[in-house]
Amino acid sequence: MNDKNKIITGLVIFFLVVLFPFWFNLIFGAADASTAPEPELTEKAEKAETCVAETEHMRTEHMQILDQWRDTVVRDGQRIYVAENGKEYDPSLSNTCMDCHSNKEKFCDRCHNYASVNPYCWDCHTYPEETE
Amino acid sequence: MNVAYLYSLIAVVVLGLIAYAGVEAAGLDVLFGVVIPYLALIVFLIGFANKVLDWTKSAVPFKIPTTFGQQKSLDWIKHNRFDSPYTTGQVVIRMLLEILLLRSLFKNTRVGFGKGQRIAYKWVVWLWLFAILFHYSFFVVVLRHLRFFAEPVPFFVSFLEKIDGMFQILLPNLFLSGVLLLGGALLLLLRRVLLPKLVYISKPADYFPLFLIIGIAVTGLMMRYLDKVDVVRVKELAMGLATLQPGIPEGGISGLFYVHLFFVSILVAYIPFSKIMHMGGVFLSPTRNLANNTRAKRHVNPWNYPVKTHTYEEYEEDFRDKMKEAGIPVEKE
Amino acid sequence: MADTPKPDQLYKNIDHTMPDEAWEEIPPDLSQGRFPYPTKPKNLEYLDMPTPTKEEWSPADEEWPIPDNWQEIIHEGFKDRLEKYRSLKIFMDVCVRCGACADKCHFFIGTGDPKNMPVLRAELLRSVYRKDFTTAGKILGKINGGRPLTKQVLKEWFSYFYQCTECRRCSVYCPYGIDTAEITMMGRELLSLLGLNINWILEPVANCFRTGNHLGIQPHALKEMIEFFCDDIEEITGVKIDPTFNRKGAEILFITPSGDYFADPGTYTMMGYLLLFEHLGLDYTLSTYASEGGNFGLFTSSEAMKRLNAKMFAEAKRLGVKWILGGECGHMWRVIHQYMDTMNGPPEFGETPKSPITGTVFDHAAGTKMVHITEFTADLLRHNKLKLDPSRNDNKVVTYHDSCNPSRAMGLFEEPRYILKNVCNHFYEMPENTIREQTFCCGSGSGLNTEEIMELRLLGGLPRANAVKFVHEKFGVNMLSCICAIDRAAFPPLMDYWVPGVDVTGIHELVGNALVMEGESERTMDLRFEPLKEETEVDADE
Repeated sequence: MNDKNKIITGLVIFFLVVLFPFWFNLIFGAADASTAPEPELTEKAEKAETCVAETEHMRTEHMQILDQWRDTVVRDGQRIYVAENGKEYDPSLSNTCMDCHSNKEKFCDRCHNYASVNPYCWDCHTYPEETE
Repeated sequence: MNVAYLYSLIAVVVLGLIAYAGVEAAGLDVLFGVVIPYLALIVFLIGFANKVLDWTKSAVPFKIPTTFGQQKSLDWIKHNRFDSPYTTGQVVIRMLLEILLLRSLFKNTRVGFGKGQRIAYKWVVWLWLFAILFHYSFFVVVLRHLRFFAEPVPFFVSFLEKIDGMFQILLPNLFLSGVLLLGGALLLLLRRVLLPKLVYISKPADYFPLFLIIGIAVTGLMMRYLDKVDVVRVKELAMGLATLQPGIPEGGISGLFYVHLFFVSILVAYIPFSKIMHMGGVFLSPTRNLANNTRAKRHVNPWNYPVKTHTYEEYEEDFRDKMKEAGIPVEKE
Repeated sequence: MADTPKPDQLYKNIDHTMPDEAWEEIPPDLSQGRFPYPTKPKNLEYLDMPTPTKEEWSPADEEWPIPDNWQEIIHEGFKDRLEKYRSLKIFMDVCVRCGACADKCHFFIGTGDPKNMPVLRAELLRSVYRKDFTTAGKILGKINGGRPLTKQVLKEWFSYFYQCTECRRCSVYCPYGIDTAEITMMGRELLSLLGLNINWILEPVANCFRTGNHLGIQPHALKEMIEFFCDDIEEITGVKIDPTFNRKGAEILFITPSGDYFADPGTYTMMGYLLLFEHLGLDYTLSTYASEGGNFGLFTSSEAMKRLNAKMFAEAKRLGVKWILGGECGHMWRVIHQYMDTMNGPPEFGETPKSPITGTVFDHAAGTKMVHITEFTADLLRHNKLKLDPSRNDNKVVTYHDSCNPSRAMGLFEEPRYILKNVCNHFYEMPENTIREQTFCCGSGSGLNTEEIMELRLLGGLPRANAVKFVHEKFGVNMLSCICAIDRAAFPPLMDYWVPGVDVTGIHELVGNALVMEGESERTMDLRFEPLKEETEVDADE
């Protein structure tokens, strides 16, 4: 009994599975997927120059800040957030964040979609376009 | 004393430090982020194919399934189709049950000696449970990582993330599989460190991959929950690799990430030369993947060769007189 | 057995604590009583097998009579077998040492010797494999678990590959199906390349080659033995049986292990077959040339196995029978079921076996054309073709030992049970984890049923004996039934030692007792000349 063919077929299938990213991106992928889409800043955001913290910090920790805001506002009734640089902000996703970054699709979603992150912010919050 | 695990632990720690220092101090981002991962993949593919083809080259001279259940014989006796498969289809199901559910391991028992000469065998589920936890969570973790290697992210990855993160605790959202992987690997390690028989039979080659996988899980969890890395840059690097346009993303990624990636590279390259090849070998195990039907269907041995036998003629030559005297018929009077 | 400790003591001595030293550092125990005697040169020469020396030698000797290039011979032999047996290569490569097999081996349970854990038995070969045949092993050496092939390793192989009965119990629990029987077979083949094997196996092989059976019974003597049984049958039942030998044109050739001609209690099973065939008026013949069902070649090398097995098909062809019926034997059926057609087939005689009594066609044996006697008898019972009085077995409270090979290499579980339930009234199963595919070996299989290692055999047989002890105490079991000739030879001393009061029987002895023969006189005795139940009860009352 010659099972060589069966084994080689199995091996080829296994390699196809292992190499999934290579052929998948080639067939379905965008041309330049190794560069993340830039989040688009609104004029207001550009004018402000800094966010509530350094950009580098915001890139990895914004969810923690939002989480902390939610807790302080909802549980402690604390409505003022003092940033590292001493500036005061209203700790609100809709009123503060979305004031500058008013376009969810062009700002939040770009990175979230790229990294397949599905935050549940929008389960409760509405975003500007929707309110119009 | 068995110090095999110390060697292995030290080896893994040193490997981690090399990657960390290499990136943070020596700036070898390209080496650890591009060159080594590609090398690892190439070693894996060639090594894996080599091993499997080497197995294929060896003959399967006899059909030697281990039967766990009633053979197919008389019509009115219930044939146990999956424990004593008779057709290829039944063999396939037996193999699937073995590979997907680790059925043999599920039978595990432990022997115990009682007073008054009583030996008892207790069913023990732990090894099976740890193994299932470990393998399935590893599988899910690997699949989830496709979010870094595919753009657009395939639907099944998003779907998996939803299930894996269904508890919606912690931030970023906790993926259960990551924790279970670490837990499973730690439990398997504990067996090897605490059970005397396991300590006795274990080699560095048993501890090393476990420590490596624990290292991978720990660095992975750290990057997600403690010392966060920028996932967008990680994806940029991964996509660079996957689209063959490798590069280090602008702004760089922390050393921790490179430790993680280096561990993974080592593991991947190590697979073909290690016991982890059981992932391929289990498919080829002759006691599991053959049908129990040899009396019905002849199995051909490719190297079957003629042997010297003692023919009837030679036998009769030896004993003819005695046979005749005893009234046993003979060919030549 | 004079210096064997008492059962209580032997049981208490069992210690599963692992030694402080690594197993690689512990030399094998080759003191007197711990090894079977090596093969006598005349037997090796007769079989044209490598013969290390013409002198007597002992494994206890410091220096073994092996050729100077022994390492090269083993290396080449190993390489050759890696190419010939995928099982070996896979089993060398994939073990993860999960430990599931560790306490599944009867020899480990009984001796507590770590190298009797299947995983370490395989590591004996695997360590050399790593060093000689793998990249990682060549580079990493000891760290990767590699070992050079030294004389101590060779001695270890001899010691431990003759402490494995190839029963395959471990392979049931292994997640990759690693089968230590396969490892042991390879180990023994390699040792045989140097002429290192044991007389208890090779003498039967040489005998069988020449006379057709392991015991070296010559044709006229065989006929006399069978006639002697027929006399006994006549005395017990009043029925005269006159079986034929080497008769051309018979429909069926019957082959059974020579243990059934030779020694009690196998002989009673032989009488059972003879009664059954007479009861049916079966057109069958016995052969003096193919007078051995068993095959000790299996315990030597695939070549030796093939050389002995060839007689079955050859004789069936010469006699022109339609098919072959095989008696109760364990390893015999491993050979017939998993090897025979591949080695010596396809058969050039006969047709798909068909029961002349019931018309049942045994399709599952269409290729090999050989049917197991319990398949044959179960079919008869199902069709009500036997006249039985099971109460004649009422003096026996029976349990059933699943013999290793028919269980784990064939899947023969229900047929013997069906027969037992029909021919005797008191049948009890042993505990679940000790029967069917989880059955325990008698401790003497694969050619280890030799006197000089009796203590080892008693320890290896302990798990089985202990399960018998359980049903003996719980249900009063006094009869251990089995379908294996080695069992029938090995169990009596094992039972006497661990569970006195339990006898050993084949299934067809019980069939023979229960069969109501045409024209028989009233039976007062069973096939052992022991009184049937009524009288024993009277005895007990007195």
